[in-house]
Amino acid sequence: MRQTPGERAFRLLNIVLLLALVVVTGYPLLYVVFASLSEPSQLVANRGALLRPLGFSLDAYRLVLQNPMIAIGYRNTLFYVVAGTGLNVGLTCLGAYALSRQNVMFKTPIMILIIFTLFFSGGLIPTFLLVGQTLQMQDTVWALIVPTAINTWNLIILKTAFESVPVSLEEAARIDGANDFTILFRVVLPLSLPALAVVILFYAVGHWNAYFNALVYIRSRDLYPLQLVLREILITSNVESMTTSVSSGDAFQVGQTIKYATIVVATLPILVIYPFLQKYFVKGALIGAVKE
Amino acid sequence: MATSQVHGLPLTRATAPRTSSRLTLRHRLAKDLRRNRYVYVMLSPVVAYYLIFHYGPMYGAIIAFKDFSPAQGILGSPWVGIQNFQDFFSSVYLVRLLRNTLAINVLDIIFGFPAPVILALLLNELTSPRFKRVVQTITYLPHFMSLVVVVGILIDFLARDGLVNNLLVAAGVPATAFMQEAGWYWTLYVGSGIWQAVGWGSIIFLASIAAVDPTLYEAAVMDGASRFRQMWHITLPGIMPMVVTLLILRIGMMMSIGYEKTLLMYNPSTFETADVISSYVYRKGVLGMDYSFTAAVGLFNSVINFAFLIAANRLARRFSQTSLW
Repeated sequence: MRQTPGERAFRLLNIVLLLALVVVTGYPLLYVVFASLSEPSQLVANRGALLRPLGFSLDAYRLVLQNPMIAIGYRNTLFYVVAGTGLNVGLTCLGAYALSRQNVMFKTPIMILIIFTLFFSGGLIPTFLLVGQTLQMQDTVWALIVPTAINTWNLIILKTAFESVPVSLEEAARIDGANDFTILFRVVLPLSLPALAVVILFYAVGHWNAYFNALVYIRSRDLYPLQLVLREILITSNVESMTTSVSSGDAFQVGQTIKYATIVVATLPILVIYPFLQKYFVKGALIGAVKE
Repeated sequence: MATSQVHGLPLTRATAPRTSSRLTLRHRLAKDLRRNRYVYVMLSPVVAYYLIFHYGPMYGAIIAFKDFSPAQGILGSPWVGIQNFQDFFSSVYLVRLLRNTLAINVLDIIFGFPAPVILALLLNELTSPRFKRVVQTITYLPHFMSLVVVVGILIDFLARDGLVNNLLVAAGVPATAFMQEAGWYWTLYVGSGIWQAVGWGSIIFLASIAAVDPTLYEAAVMDGASRFRQMWHITLPGIMPMVVTLLILRIGMMMSIGYEKTLLMYNPSTFETADVISSYVYRKGVLGMDYSFTAAVGLFNSVINFAFLIAANRLARRFSQTSLW
């Protein structure tokens, strides 16, 4: 294809801009990985960018993985992700199926009841008092699972998917004597697996990344999710608990690499599954954007 | 099913006596409950969830008009009218909180909103699908990282002895403790938000671009339009309805800034520019246990948000075919 000089310049500029974006987005992540693998003393002495690890040391990872709080956080987060997502998906499927049926008399009022909560909320404090005091969930695992049992956007994604299942299949199943539960599990869900995958992933990533409810409701350190442990290490810069086994002179140096190793350890699960799930996520972003 | 048809038939006759309208309703209700009994079984936990965890707090928000103490409970606490709201309106924090909330939102609308639109346009101009996929994969990634990690990286890179300052010093610029400077907070908040969201945000615009009629481009090429002209005169107008709708909805969320990122990013030396309504409510309410007062502040924020959304929806309806309801 012939190109004018102007066009060529435009394309070149475009590529340069996008390359710059890739570097700005990707380099900080790469830096974190390099720094986490670096020799602590060399990293602290370094005054500039990293293009590869400085020396090579797995000390930081050893300390991170030995740290009891990281282990507790990991274990708890796995529990919150599995139990929380289980409850999420169960309730969201039931709601989405029921609201995707035709000829249900109370469908519209219930839908209005649900949609209204997207636009108006009682606020943080009444929620906090309800969950923490009235329902006695303060400092229990329930506080991180039950109050977020349904995400309305995910409910809408799944409802939209269920609505696209042909009604004739449902009717055929009904003639064969199937009730709504059978239709949901045998007909509608198997035909909506991509949407179901999207919703499961959104919920699971949400639980993995959540920290605020734990900050508000959880006091006992052995119930801390990983993100709350991370917050102590990264935001309030509290790495002492991990460096106690190291002599004080090295403590500061190791403390630096520990931060980076912690980030890697905490983000790795998402990074590992991310390439496989990307297409599903993209699909989900689009279904979610389609107007109800 | 068969019985319901038998029931339905005579009642829908135009000649049915007047009194049957109530009967019809009752019959329809009975029919509905019978036919959809499993549907309602499925709905009951869902409705219960929304009533308890969304409408419960709306009821609980009446403590904004009371002098609430946990010992007396919501009903037992004495009414104080709009005292809590008056306290907030006369407090020195009001102006600061409103200013920060508005400033961060306005900056995000000016810089954060167009960013994914521009990215989508640039991605669309790429001729190499491979490079396009690389850019997309990398820019979507931060969307899935937790706020704790993103802010943690930010704090580390921008520390006085962090990567950014090291590079600045090497270039002859004096070091700044960015996270401690109130003057830098808005830039960093909005900038890191763009960093995290621009890729993911571009997906919807890319989909919108893909839906533009390809014959328009063919016609433009026949008329000798360059790639840039095609982008300017075809792609951009093609996605404009989507852009306008999303912009209006974004404006509808003008008064909402979550506490999640603010609580991680701010510190006492940046409160002046960082503190927003939600973070203030968290500090005074959850930490300070000043429940009634902060419930009032939160309710004030919810009501303003709601008003903004209603107004935005009106606008969306007028300027484009789409609206939220």
